[in-house]
Amino acid sequence: MAKKSALVQGNQACAQGAIYAGCKFFGGYPITPSTEVAEEMSAMLPKVGGKFIQMEDEIGAIASVIGASLAGAKALTATSGPGFSLKQELIGYACIAEVPCVIINVMRGGPSTGMPTGPGQSDVMQARWGTHGDHAAIALVPQSIQEIFTETVRAFNLAEKYRMPVQVLFDEIVGHMRERIEYPEPGELEVIDREAPTAAPGEYKPYDASKGLVPPLAAFGAGHKFHVTGLNKAEDGFPTTKAELVAAEEVRQIQKVECEEARADIESNEEYMLEDADVVLWAYGSSARSARYAVNELRKEGIKAGLFRPITLWPFPVKRTAELAEQAKAIIVPEMNLGQMIYEVERVAQNKCIIDGVHRVDGDPLNPGQIMDKVKEVI
Amino acid sequence: MSGARIEVIERNCKGCSICVEFCPKDVLEMDVFVVKVVRPEDCIKCMQCELLCPDFAIKVHDE
Amino acid sequence: MAYDYEKSIRPGKLPHIWCPGCGHGIVMKGLIRAMDACELDREKTTIVSGIGCASRLPGYLDACTLHTAHGRAAAFATGVKLTNPEMNVICCGGDGDGTAIGGNHFIHACRRNINITYVIMNNYIYGMTGGQFSPCTPTGMKASTTPYGNPDPTFDISKLAIGAGATFVARTTAAHPREIDKLITQGIKHKGMSVIEVLDDCPTSYGRRNKFRSVIDMMKRLKKDAVPAKAAAKMTPEQLEGKFLTGVLYHETDKPEYTEQYDALIKRVQEGA
Ligand SMILES: Cc1ncc(C[n+]2csc(CCOP(=O)(O)OP(=O)(O)O)c2C)c(N)n1
Ligand code: SF4
Ligand code: SF4
Ligand code: SF4
Ligand SMILES: [Mg+2]
Repeated sequence: MAKKSALVQGNQACAQGAIYAGCKFFGGYPITPSTEVAEEMSAMLPKVGGKFIQMEDEIGAIASVIGASLAGAKALTATSGPGFSLKQELIGYACIAEVPCVIINVMRGGPSTGMPTGPGQSDVMQARWGTHGDHAAIALVPQSIQEIFTETVRAFNLAEKYRMPVQVLFDEIVGHMRERIEYPEPGELEVIDREAPTAAPGEYKPYDASKGLVPPLAAFGAGHKFHVTGLNKAEDGFPTTKAELVAAEEVRQIQKVECEEARADIESNEEYMLEDADVVLWAYGSSARSARYAVNELRKEGIKAGLFRPITLWPFPVKRTAELAEQAKAIIVPEMNLGQMIYEVERVAQNKCIIDGVHRVDGDPLNPGQIMDKVKEVI
Repeated sequence: MSGARIEVIERNCKGCSICVEFCPKDVLEMDVFVVKVVRPEDCIKCMQCELLCPDFAIKVHDE
Repeated sequence: MAYDYEKSIRPGKLPHIWCPGCGHGIVMKGLIRAMDACELDREKTTIVSGIGCASRLPGYLDACTLHTAHGRAAAFATGVKLTNPEMNVICCGGDGDGTAIGGNHFIHACRRNINITYVIMNNYIYGMTGGQFSPCTPTGMKASTTPYGNPDPTFDISKLAIGAGATFVARTTAAHPREIDKLITQGIKHKGMSVIEVLDDCPTSYGRRNKFRSVIDMMKRLKKDAVPAKAAAKMTPEQLEGKFLTGVLYHETDKPEYTEQYDALIKRVQEGA
């Protein structure tokens, strides 16, 4: 039997992916170019018995999402530029309190109101370091409508599995673009549900990491009485200022994402024509679409170009990027910003090859010609 | 009237003297930093001290 | 006789962090008595707060407790309640937390008439950060950031809640302990957003600066200036000068409750109406 398919917009596919993943709560605040995610969720959630709420601002939106998640629901919020800035404090709260949730950021230009209707990729560093304090980050960067669907599902899985906020960043181009999508059957994509604690009521410790770096999270109302706070805390969830406990908890919260095993599980990349590549285009999101086109064109001209496309942007693909820096003469980083991920690529490449960027922030997408010109200039 | 046993939980008492001031019968006095029960026989069990103590430090029991 | 508060308090958590004479402890006792009076199952009760001295309250209580970020209690609580309408949800926090940084969430929770009970401890000051003025600091009074007297007009929290659409609004003070649990009990039993404003004292950050000789002075003032709403009806404006009203200030039962409305919406959508 042929799979169900439809011509849908990226933002719609995102909402549909969330429902597929079992999302039961959306708290949001309208902002271009992400609004369609909220609109779609407002229509779909009641049908599956879920709850949609338009909050009074983006801070309230993510607050409601964290509350919903603690009450046991898979929960989502979606926003863009200014709204993403407003959410930062509580993204940090979800990090330290270890509350699963998914944050969609359909990127536009900035800073401030910037260019609401134009695409951008200028929030990628904010996704890593936007909230204050040391913390781990997971950010996924799909490039197509189909991938927005599957990566949204994966974002929920990672949020539940690693007990933390997971961000999905795409931009206005794919957010508003229509493409045909084939819907996976129920059960076809893995859907991970939250692991419930096995501790007896009264004995549950929400941050007891003795059985693994990610302690199970109970839902409020499911029989355990426990405390959740944004203060540094001990394994029982209550605030502590004991130096050794504070440090150990902070380290664990980063380790749970950055240890080798977790990285292998979370990282996801696409590689195209890299085997013999002299020039690597290191590109993500919609810029990678232009980069791929450029690879094909450059190959026709006899230039050995290839594409490395991180689908998981954070944690950063350190190992593969370092290997490519050894292999290639140059790594070119096209981004719809004035240079953000390029600094991370430079840091990891350690002067093993030429690193250069192609930038665009005028509201138009990066086109393959621009990228090809840069490649020819560099080699 | 009495039959009250007034218990002071010294560990919790912060010596704010609220109980002393609002006791209508002057049953209590401050002893430097903690409260002391000096005239338990005058207690009318109005419970003001227990209700107003911010620190869960004084209890009025029926004897 | 002697009330058993201990069964509601997490073992080993007393003495609490509040200063000698701080009114927040009196409010916490009232809240415990009200929760007992309503026979709230603590496993099905979530107590949510923001940041501040008052917001430390939930950590002491043996229930599901959520100490959030400054000002955000009502928004977190909305997510909890909407997800699980069976849950008893109680918010608590300070005047600064609820009406300055959290003012927007506070008024919108009132507007939605979501079934949450919000106990707001109004000590007229930002206690935790050392006594900067809050939206509730009376004009002319001293705070660490109003060394020449507070130039700002003040919020009347109860009026704000009524204006924003809360359907049960009451006020009392830390000097009226029996009224605290009576009003919170009514608030918990009320279906809809209930706000109980409890005026209390911060001797450390407010009293000292404003020439109250002691917390006793402050408590006496709360007693003296409180006028029961019913009695006020028979008083002249001159007699009411400088006073505040206590008791139930607003009670309405016609306005639909938010989570019920949403459940009805789900039913309608699922039945394809
Ligand atoms: C975003 C943010 N801004 C500022 C603060 C600092 N802060 C902590 S508590 C507080 C004021 C608390 O006052 P109130 O809510 O009235 O509670 P009280 O301490 O008086 O009981 C402030 C300003 C903070 N924690 N977070
Ligand atoms: S119960 Fe009343 S009379 Fe007795 S000690 Fe307490 S305040 Fe005084
Ligand atoms: S009111 Fe409580 S804390 Fe204050 S002096 Fe009396 S017993 Fe001690
Ligand atoms: S600073 Fe003020 S509000 Fe805070 S605990 Fe001390 S008295 Fe209470
Ligand atoms: Mg205050």
